[in-house]
Amino acid sequence: MNTKKKTLSLALSRNFLFLLGLISMLAFACNDGPKNEKQKTNPADIVVDGKMLAELTSPPFVPAPVGNRSAKHLVVEMEILEEEGTMTDGVQYMYWTFGGTVPGSFIRARVGDEIEFHLRNHPDNKLPHNIDLHAVNGPGGGATSSFIAPGREAVFHFKVLAPGLYVYHCATAPVGMHIANGMYGLILVEPEGGYPPVDKEFYVMQGDFYTKGEYGEPGLQPFDMKKAIKEDADYVVFNGAVGALTGDNALNVNVGETVRLFVGNGGPNLSSSFHAIGEIFDKVHMEGADLINTNVQTTMIPAGGAAIVEFYVDVPGEIILVDHAIFRAFNKGALAMINVAGEPNKTIYSGKVEEGIYLPEGGGIQEMPRSPEEIEKAKPAEFLSKAQRIDMGKNVYMQTCFACHQAEGQGIPDVFPPLANSDYLNADVNRAIDAVLFGLSGEITVNGKKYNSVMTAQTVTDREAANVLTYIYNNWGNKGVEVTEEMVQSRRKK
Amino acid sequence: MFSRLIFFIAFSLTQLLVFGQPENMALIGSGTYVPLYGDDSIRVEVQSFHMDIYPVTNAEFEVFLKESPEWNKDRVIALYADKNYLGQFNEKGDLLPDANPNAPATNVSWFAAKKYCEFQGKRLPSLDEWEFAAMADETTPDARTKSTYNEFILSWYETPRTFSKDIGSTFKNYWGIYDMHGLVWEWTLDFNSVLISGESRKDMDKDNNLFCGAAAIGASDLMNYAAFMRYAFRGSMKARYSVRNLGFRCAQSLPDN
Repeated sequence: MNTKKKTLSLALSRNFLFLLGLISMLAFACNDGPKNEKQKTNPADIVVDGKMLAELTSPPFVPAPVGNRSAKHLVVEMEILEEEGTMTDGVQYMYWTFGGTVPGSFIRARVGDEIEFHLRNHPDNKLPHNIDLHAVNGPGGGATSSFIAPGREAVFHFKVLAPGLYVYHCATAPVGMHIANGMYGLILVEPEGGYPPVDKEFYVMQGDFYTKGEYGEPGLQPFDMKKAIKEDADYVVFNGAVGALTGDNALNVNVGETVRLFVGNGGPNLSSSFHAIGEIFDKVHMEGADLINTNVQTTMIPAGGAAIVEFYVDVPGEIILVDHAIFRAFNKGALAMINVAGEPNKTIYSGKVEEGIYLPEGGGIQEMPRSPEEIEKAKPAEFLSKAQRIDMGKNVYMQTCFACHQAEGQGIPDVFPPLANSDYLNADVNRAIDAVLFGLSGEITVNGKKYNSVMTAQTVTDREAANVLTYIYNNWGNKGVEVTEEMVQSRRKK
Repeated sequence: MFSRLIFFIAFSLTQLLVFGQPENMALIGSGTYVPLYGDDSIRVEVQSFHMDIYPVTNAEFEVFLKESPEWNKDRVIALYADKNYLGQFNEKGDLLPDANPNAPATNVSWFAAKKYCEFQGKRLPSLDEWEFAAMADETTPDARTKSTYNEFILSWYETPRTFSKDIGSTFKNYWGIYDMHGLVWEWTLDFNSVLISGESRKDMDKDNNLFCGAAAIGASDLMNYAAFMRYAFRGSMKARYSVRNLGFRCAQSLPDN
């Protein structure tokens, strides 16, 4: 009996000890957690396997993803070219470039790559240059080792240790001037295995430019150091020029695709409030680094920094990339376009414009600028010929009326009535003057079609009203009336 | 009587030769100035000297090559020239047909430029002499604070292919010499005496003891940017380099110096 008890208690105690042991083992196993992380390879220790010539691409395209390739001895051959280019219509600028483009060629590598960097300064260039890549761990980011005269080549090696999207730029004195003239680009270091695949990838880089002349002043514009120091930019553009990514140069994607943009900001001065009109960024690799934010409307990209944004495209139309410091977008050129083709999705976006009040930009709400010359002009003293009237009237039309009634007075069907060959207009001049001065609402019939919209009263002087009406009456098949200031004044008094 | 006359003529000619202005050179007056690398405690003194009115041209260099064929590109000692040397000439020292004979002679190493000047009984100007002569615009000996002067230089940096233009294309300065700015960079005897690390952000560090004088490189005015480019360019040069945008002119000390 006692033996049985003893055996039982022994068995129990054994079990107990066993359980105790198990529990303590588990506890210690948990403590092993941090140790396991340390066992991951230090990027400096990644072994390279084979040599490879880097495929450099011109913006807006990027080289193929690294995928699963191992770290390689990567040879990069980058040429510096000083050459003239077009900033916008009629405006030329002397760009200093990496690879002949602004931004410079896109370099794509993966963590652990050992890069053999050849920097070549074309013999026709006037100035020495160098390169500072933010992906480099080393003095000057490579600048100390790559300072070269025209007609020469410098070679240095560096191992990329951290994944991310990095800016590179020239760092020769005066550094601001070299960067301001376009010497910047991006180098992508993908993590092992690369980023998850997407359907389309593009390269976009913002920069600010400083010219002696104002925005749009024609000719070869030299760089203006004073403006650059004051940070008073004339042009803020994507990819080196106004319209570099609009019109025929717009990017093209399809509904249902995932798009990734590698976005940089070369500066030299301005940070970017990067936003896509019509889209939300599903993912933003903030500052081109590891942290990923989701569902972002506008992301901050510092000068000398970058970001990777990804979004899934739901509906067709135009996605417009802007710097949301909005005057830069609409007045200095910080605007790029992505055309989306494909089937509409009415639930997500119906795409129908309801009729109703539409206040276009450039309408009566806008104040007409009042320079001293214009105030002089507005004085009724001098005599104007009919031809002069029509000319001045055209300017008024293009600033004020064109947004709704369009360039040839054709209007927009069902929305804004035409002024071209308009029976409504030609029937009653006074009524036309009243429409300009006091506005017009309610249903009207023009050339057989009904319109029921609102025309706002226009804030114009008597002279401007007279001139614009004379212009309208003397174009597009209208009856050729000359509207005088006296006629306008008399209607105003009523 | 007659022999006296001959003696007199011979004496005058000798005097003219020795003390008169050498052909195609101008007299650069003496003076002091603060160079880019210095400050008010380090003023550089420049003695009067003669300087070529124009940079040496391709045509003139061609003559030199005919008379010193060991400087042709197929025969020049490798220490004295690199692969870009005399790109606009062929191996026999003839100027290639598409090159402009009246353009400054570029693609010439410092060694070759120095030899050419010695061949003429002259020398390369020192860096201080060159900078002193270059400070002038059309009307003033020191135009460095004038914005028009600096803007001219800065706009030259933006103009491509000025190396193929004729000498005399730019302005004649106060001393009567042309093309100190606007055409090509120019060799000086001691171009490497002011050292720049090549890492321009580091050059801002006042502790940088590579400089002969106290570092004034951190300055932000316009004047220093225009000049800094020249120093940056010189900093990237080595004596055997030949560069398409780099030419030279010669100088000569005055006899009593």
